[in-house]
Amino acid sequence: MPENIVQLKGVSKTFDETMALADMNLCIKKNEFVTLLGPSGCGKTTTLRLIGGFEQPTSGTIWFNGKDISNVPSYKRQVNTIFQRYALFSHLDVYENIAFGLRIKKLEEQTIRQKVSKMLELVNLKGFEKREVDSLSGGQQQRVAIARALVNEPEVLLLDEPLAALDLKLRREMQHELKNMQKQLGITFVFVTHDQEEALSMSDTVVVMKDGEIQQIGTPEMIYNEPANAFVAGFIGESNIIDGIMRQDRLAEFGGAQFECVDVGFERDELVDVVIRPEDLALIPVEQAKLAGVVRSVTFLGVHYEMIVDAADGTAWLVHSTHMEPVGTKVGLDLAPMDIHIMKKVSES
Amino acid sequence: MKKSSSMIPYLIWMALFIIIPMLLVVYYAFTVKTPEGITWSLDNFARFFEPIYLKVLWRSLALALGSTLICLLLGYPVAMIMAGNAFTRKNVVMLLFVIPMWMNFLLRTYAWLAILERNGFLNVLLTSLGLPRLNILYTNTAVVLGMVYNFLPFMVLPIYSVLSKIDKGVIEAAGDLGANPVQVFTRVIFPLSLPGVISGITMVFMPALTTFVISRLLGGGQFTLIGNLIEQQFLVVADWGFGSAISMVMIIFILLSMAIMSFFEGEDKEKTLW
Repeated sequence: MPENIVQLKGVSKTFDETMALADMNLCIKKNEFVTLLGPSGCGKTTTLRLIGGFEQPTSGTIWFNGKDISNVPSYKRQVNTIFQRYALFSHLDVYENIAFGLRIKKLEEQTIRQKVSKMLELVNLKGFEKREVDSLSGGQQQRVAIARALVNEPEVLLLDEPLAALDLKLRREMQHELKNMQKQLGITFVFVTHDQEEALSMSDTVVVMKDGEIQQIGTPEMIYNEPANAFVAGFIGESNIIDGIMRQDRLAEFGGAQFECVDVGFERDELVDVVIRPEDLALIPVEQAKLAGVVRSVTFLGVHYEMIVDAADGTAWLVHSTHMEPVGTKVGLDLAPMDIHIMKKVSES
Repeated sequence: MKKSSSMIPYLIWMALFIIIPMLLVVYYAFTVKTPEGITWSLDNFARFFEPIYLKVLWRSLALALGSTLICLLLGYPVAMIMAGNAFTRKNVVMLLFVIPMWMNFLLRTYAWLAILERNGFLNVLLTSLGLPRLNILYTNTAVVLGMVYNFLPFMVLPIYSVLSKIDKGVIEAAGDLGANPVQVFTRVIFPLSLPGVISGITMVFMPALTTFVISRLLGGGQFTLIGNLIEQQFLVVADWGFGSAISMVMIIFILLSMAIMSFFEGEDKEKTLW
């Protein structure tokens, strides 16, 4: 059984009476790549800062390797953090930035030199030792921040939206590199992001959060294919979320028709959210379809077209397809039973 | 160019009020009046190196350095507290530091006379508590006290302004990398605040070195500092040549201290804010 390295038990955090985190329970296993995903203000950064020791929980406990560390200051914790704005030491050069943690530990000069140069190699910054950190590009500063944290060989690395400031191409590269480093070094990564694509492509486990509460924990596939509620479905990838009625098990009614689906366990005639991914909708001739509408707009997105189809009942369907119908065409929409996801209605508070 | 023509008023101003007076100082310093007329000479400088005047220079340097050090030791913690997150009354403290500066410098210093006098406020307080009197007035202590009191804001403000600009993330990062609060201070906060410390030192040391009002009022005239000496040469003795020579020596000292400061600053590659 894989060991939990970090565990949050009933952790709450309030700032000046604002609830940032409500009764959070989370287990992070050794060598896991966990991503905390959610919109801004959902408590993901607060969670990270609690693990890092920069904030103390209002209630609940934080465990690290089986020990309660709730009140241990950050400098005594065996975790290292990569900060969103890197927080490099501008009075030190690249070498000294990376060596900072090692010097605090009072390692021998020889050892420090070896470790730092190994790190410089890992993050591809050989030859930059004497450079001022302010003279580096965003991507290079990012690498220094990574090296500075990893050189301490932490058991857990916390990453607070580390790629947010990079341009798209660099971000993709760094995603790849971070993932490789994580595998290579066997370190537990706790990664905070609001970018769902980043979360899906890098993580072993994704924790979707909203308003200080966990919405769903699961593998990227689970989160994408079986979203726990309409919020998760809407946040992870694009979705059509419409109102529906569960007529009986495996039979849903929406868009003026009844559809076979795979969901059970709802009450008869319960009002539900129906979630349908745009790529699961297929364009078919109107005569054969239960759902029909008029194409309002077509956008070419490279791999596929994005179309908005206005149905007679006022629903605007988002459709992704490699096949295109021109604006104004009347089209039918088809979908398979397993592509219909029925969610319990969440009362919007 | 258009730019250069718009510079002309400023150039005239600088020539009239800076360059010409400086040249006059140089002229007076290097000339002596003899019965035959005015001749070029280094006598004025030679005179300065007599032990009695060197002692004045030494005392001025020592008191200025001492005051600067005390200002730094007092001012840094204040600046740090003010820059701290937990501190919510920044403006009040800032105002407390700035309000005395709105008052006339002479008045402020005169006030200390009333406090330090034999039967002044301090001694009344001490005797009422059954403690022995202190005769601080007209001693080095009084002069240093006056300097520290008058120049402390010039130490606090630049340090505060640098400290408050330090990214809190950097402090967290140092803690994250294992530095305890003392190490965070010595390895991160203090080095990052050096530009402020340097401008604070410069802004306290220079006026402290050249002041003559504080030393005359609180030092009672018996503790002559270099500033008093210069003042005396011009206003009392009317020996403009010697006065100019001392002024030039002072300018050299100030340039020297600025050079030392900019050397430290150069290491840091940070721009001074003040």
